[in-house]
Amino acid sequence: MQSFEYAAPKSAEEVVRLLAGKNGDARILAGGTDLLVQLREGRRSAKLVIDVKNIPELTQVTFDPKSGLRIGAAASCSQICSDSNVSDHYPGLVDAIKLIGGVQIQNRASVGGNLCNASPAADAIPALIVHKAVCQITGPNGTRILPVEEFCVEPGKNAMGSGEFLTSISVPTPKEYFGAGYLRFIPRNEMDIAVVGAGASVALDEGGMKFVSAQIALGAVAPTPLLASDAGAFLSGKEIKREYVKEAARMAQSVAKPITDLRGTAEHRKHLVAVLVERALDRAIERAGGKYAK
Amino acid sequence: MPSKTHVTALINGEEMEFLCEPRQSLLEVLRETLGLMGAKEGCNNGNCGSCNIILDGVLVNSCLVLAVEIQGRNVTTIEGIATPEGLHPLQQKFIEHAALQCGYCTPGFIVASKALLDQNPDPSEGEVRAWLAGNLCRCTGYDRIVKAVLDAADS
Repeated sequence: MQSFEYAAPKSAEEVVRLLAGKNGDARILAGGTDLLVQLREGRRSAKLVIDVKNIPELTQVTFDPKSGLRIGAAASCSQICSDSNVSDHYPGLVDAIKLIGGVQIQNRASVGGNLCNASPAADAIPALIVHKAVCQITGPNGTRILPVEEFCVEPGKNAMGSGEFLTSISVPTPKEYFGAGYLRFIPRNEMDIAVVGAGASVALDEGGMKFVSAQIALGAVAPTPLLASDAGAFLSGKEIKREYVKEAARMAQSVAKPITDLRGTAEHRKHLVAVLVERALDRAIERAGGKYAK
Repeated sequence: MPSKTHVTALINGEEMEFLCEPRQSLLEVLRETLGLMGAKEGCNNGNCGSCNIILDGVLVNSCLVLAVEIQGRNVTTIEGIATPEGLHPLQQKFIEHAALQCGYCTPGFIVASKALLDQNPDPSEGEVRAWLAGNLCRCTGYDRIVKAVLDAADS
């Protein structure tokens, strides 16, 4: 592997200072499951690697019913999924996070890293988008907030400047009659990268018969994870009926712009979008306590 | 070249010190500096599990940990699984079930299985298979491996 220096600062302020001193040649290390492979294979370079796992605010997962869930950017997938606040209130996030690699990867990889790596196929991102999660980004000018759907700008590239880093991800508290789900298609049972991923969330009326609002997000069908806003908006105010759910899935299909690669053809991916969106919506509706109209 | 860093860690219950460059993986240092050759380099990118170790009670791929990260921490490698009194039940059951052919993946499987049994002493077959999804065996020994782990859990 290429040579670099290593720093393990204890505060976010120190990270900002270290980043500023390296003028774009520093990389943030959380679990290392992407970064160390990329450095080894020469796909990214670094003069300084900044390990952020000694900064408490970056490794903590906290939940407050008022302010919601705050996931420290370096918290590992297994730490997040084993937190009872996360499994109780955010099963739709757990759907996605538990899919990121096997046990060894889960124990190191962070959701913050999954986001920063900006893979079009990242499992956590569509799930975060449908939960209306936002990123806290810290840099020389303080902290700014960016919705997750605006964070990825092209494959492997995120919206942060070279002096900035991700400190945490905030997810609002789910209201009553809210539900979410994430599904992906892979040709085997474990340890694979999504051919297509689909996340959905719904907010229902009190009787669980009507959509108040819905969010649909897709992975692996565009250069970045995609929020299918029109498909979600279409469901607002509608009764929970199979024909509407199918129509929303078709609308999501129409914004998908997949490519053909070794994981699947564009045509297959298009087909999968409709299937997975319908199933993700079904899962979200069920978790929200909704019922299909006869 | 960046200067070497001095690291002290508890490895298989013994305090060890070494010098390493920041770019060196824990796997590299275990094998080439400390002479602990049990953890194997398979893919060197986190897919195969051959380099599995237990870091502060948590199963990880040592190829994806920098050696400088383990300052003050507790590492268990395959060399730390058996005791002077004898083999660990997992090792014994791997032998009894012939749960290996070439043996290259075996240290990773044993360490991963130990991490499983430490937190779930009575796993179902499905739980064993899901847990071991991050370990590859290219001699196709999975069925015997799963049986050995289940038998070790029973004993």
